[in-house]
Amino acid sequence: MQITITVNGKPHTHEVEPRTSLALFLRETLDLTGTHIGCDTSSCGACTVHLDGAAVKSCTLLAVQADGLKVTTIEGMANGNEMHPIQAAFKEHHGLQCGFCTPGMVMTAANILKENPAPSEDEIRHGLEGNFCRCTGYHNIVKSIQHAAGTLNA
Amino acid sequence: MGTYIGQSVKRREDARFLKGAGKYTDDIKLPKMTHSAFVRSPYAHAKILSVDISTAKNADGVVAIFTGSDGCNAFGIPTGWQVDFKNGDTMREPKHPLLAIDKIKHVGEAVAIVIAETQAQARDAVQLVEVEYEELPCVTDPEKAMAKGAPQVHDEWTDNRSFDWCIGNDRADVEAAIAGAHHVTEMEFVNHRLAPNAIEPRSYIADYDVNADKYTLYTSTQNPHLIRLLMCAFTLGIPEHKVRVISYDVGGGFGSKIYHYSEEALLTWAAKEVGRPIKWTSDRSEAFLTDAHGRDHKVYAKMGFDKEGMIVGFLADEFCAMGAYLSTFAPAVPTYLHGTLFQGLYTTPLIHLNVTAPFTHTVPVDAYRGAGRPEATYLLERIVSKGAKEMNIDPAELRLKNFIAPFDGVKQPGYQTQVALQYDSGDYHTILKKGLEKVGYDDFRKEQAEARKNGKLLGIGISTYIEACGIAPSAVVGSLGARAGLYEVGHVRIQPTGKVSVFTGAHSHGQGHETTFSQFVADKLGIPMDDVDIIHGDTEHVAFGMGTYGSRSLAVGGSAIMKSIDKVLEKGAKIAAHKLEAAVEDLEYAEGKWTVKGTDKSIGFGDVALTAYVPHDYPEGVEPGLDFSSFYDPTNFTYPFGCHIAIVEVDADTGKVVIKRFVAVDDVGNVINPMIVDGQIHGGVVQGIGQALLEEVVYDENGQMISGSYMDYAMPRADDVPMIETDRTTTPCPHNPLGVKGAGEAGAIGSTPAVVNAVVDALHHLGVTDIQMPVTPQRVWKAMQQN
Ligand code: FES
Ligand code: FES
Repeated sequence: MQITITVNGKPHTHEVEPRTSLALFLRETLDLTGTHIGCDTSSCGACTVHLDGAAVKSCTLLAVQADGLKVTTIEGMANGNEMHPIQAAFKEHHGLQCGFCTPGMVMTAANILKENPAPSEDEIRHGLEGNFCRCTGYHNIVKSIQHAAGTLNA
Repeated sequence: MGTYIGQSVKRREDARFLKGAGKYTDDIKLPKMTHSAFVRSPYAHAKILSVDISTAKNADGVVAIFTGSDGCNAFGIPTGWQVDFKNGDTMREPKHPLLAIDKIKHVGEAVAIVIAETQAQARDAVQLVEVEYEELPCVTDPEKAMAKGAPQVHDEWTDNRSFDWCIGNDRADVEAAIAGAHHVTEMEFVNHRLAPNAIEPRSYIADYDVNADKYTLYTSTQNPHLIRLLMCAFTLGIPEHKVRVISYDVGGGFGSKIYHYSEEALLTWAAKEVGRPIKWTSDRSEAFLTDAHGRDHKVYAKMGFDKEGMIVGFLADEFCAMGAYLSTFAPAVPTYLHGTLFQGLYTTPLIHLNVTAPFTHTVPVDAYRGAGRPEATYLLERIVSKGAKEMNIDPAELRLKNFIAPFDGVKQPGYQTQVALQYDSGDYHTILKKGLEKVGYDDFRKEQAEARKNGKLLGIGISTYIEACGIAPSAVVGSLGARAGLYEVGHVRIQPTGKVSVFTGAHSHGQGHETTFSQFVADKLGIPMDDVDIIHGDTEHVAFGMGTYGSRSLAVGGSAIMKSIDKVLEKGAKIAAHKLEAAVEDLEYAEGKWTVKGTDKSIGFGDVALTAYVPHDYPEGVEPGLDFSSFYDPTNFTYPFGCHIAIVEVDADTGKVVIKRFVAVDDVGNVINPMIVDGQIHGGVVQGIGQALLEEVVYDENGQMISGSYMDYAMPRADDVPMIETDRTTTPCPHNPLGVKGAGEAGAIGSTPAVVNAVVDALHHLGVTDIQMPVTPQRVWKAMQQN
């Protein structure tokens, strides 16, 4: 099937097998390997991207379902060399260790803050329910998102 | 503190990770690369009657299919430790084939590999391989594996033992002390099986260059050199210099990526057979079935106390599962990394641990964050707290009473335990007191009593731990059965312009070595951090190394780098002396330059570096260049210790446990980067909480793993845990140049018993004295009803 998806602002037209997940399409066809795959049950959130502005797990979505839509991946978050305030906050507050969950965390964090610009600690933790991190114990991820909220609201 | 040492320098690795530009193995694509998938056994124990690949071979995109009889199984996967039987008999070490030959020993064992143009095609063709099995009875529980008539995992022996082992004082003496004790506390429990669950699944790409006769293996490993060594010398029998192992970014390890796995060897072998690169990336279900698990001990223990509450004897018998085969470190985990910690922080005069290590029809068990030490700490800290309750002594007071007195390892000697180790330095009273103060122990007891009146169940749990890190002195581990040395290599190359490249055999998979190592190198050389680069994870660049595990990177790897820095400065001084026309003894080195003492005559590090490479005006008898490599073999383990305290609330109606506060006071020796150390503690603590409350690998009676996905295996999520309140004391390690002890595992070691102690404390007035982990709402609710 031929599909056109606008990824990080650029339209991409490709032939895909109907069963190809959006995650695989991003990684294999577009070489956007920042979107990671950590599970096969839609549980870990490493694959989180934005589809028309809302966070989705790209492993559970078929590429064909995104036909005609806009996708933002982690590669589209920074403005050139200047990191997005959420990315900057993760660096400043050590919100990542191995980095594998990180793209999904950043994309989810953006979604949390979009829906609720000043979330409480509890609200952040609930918002992260669908994202696993095995390294940080979530402590500094929560802290990073709290600080990012501050910057974005400033 | 220096310019950088002791500072929370932000990590240099973060930019690439945050932009999605990390280079994990699955991100790599090679020209003409093929993909692979495995045919895996659905049975735990079965005979393979036939394997039919005829249909699969002709499926779309299939390049090749190999089974166990196709020549990959000449040698098999070795283990790295040999723990012989108590009576001197040799450890039983079954052959571990890359692909099962005629018998299956655990669910998920690979029977065939399918190589195809795409991953989807490989997975499709797997479905077309027809394997006929004859299912046989199985055993997955280590204690049941030792029962008479239990199904045999390996037919060549008369029972399932791989080995048995003991440590400590004479058993009869320990039993006598306990028999004569004023009070005896007993425990029986399972330290249950866990799946490490690094979020990046294992991934490998193997490539063979026929013209150079050279293999390259890209692998998500914690120790590239060891994988190369084991694979070349044992598994495949290929020349080591013809193999390059690369592990760029690795998405977490926690032990599970230390080991030499069959898939990486098989891919390496097959890459030559098919003449094209082959990639395999595990999916999560496969990860549950094939990554080495952790823990799985059945424990029976007794601790005797005298009238004053002093421990007089400690005895334990354990059944510790090895799984179907011996994984790389497996035999060391329930023995030398476990029994040697049975002293804990206490002056216990008589200790004995007896271990029986059987094979079971499960995936192999190996080191998982803490490796043997969390198991030791859990037992010790639970039994001491249980004893305190039974004797009606405050658990903090009982600990303080029994603690070893402070010693710094310099003025006071190290502490010789009853279980082989000599602790290097420690001050256990101070750290517990600091923890109690931080949590507000006395106030909490009042709050708890008040809450109880209102039907609210609050509990506090204390755990104090010691661990042995920085593994390890090669001669010591050699005498304990290690088949490798456990030194580290640090290579410091000063470039002609004075910039510095450091090559380390340690491997970073989240620890931030690129940052921490640069910090101390820059400080020791007195140069800017930006002038230092850290290179790891490639056997072609780094001379050798033993990798990262056992919280050893800085204590052992950092020390190796320090040795090379010393050599650089020593040679640099000769060059500087020549240039300054002074004697070496008259020079001092500070802030990146050599100065003639008492004068303003000096020469900078960069000028000396340049002189070393452009040696026109040069001291006689000195070689050009400024480039040193060192091996550092530690003289002892390092012994971090700490105090973790959890406050929990148990819902009286549902049994759900909520952690209200978690205080972790740890002493990891000197700290190079506090931000990174705290991060390690946070992560470890939450993994330990995961074990206490949530996670468990469950096999049913047919050997099926019924917790083999994230829908069934409860990983700790952000809303399961609180913020972790960290603090520190600092007792430098007296025997390594940086005075560091290691921080990677501490969190996972201290936290589990703290949480369970807190739950029991919350329920104790209801008659609950112990509760099996994971402490699920169902278990808590049942315990509350039974009493
Ligand atoms: S990979 Fe999509 S949720 Fe795990
Ligand atoms: S940083 Fe490693 S999984 Fe989150």
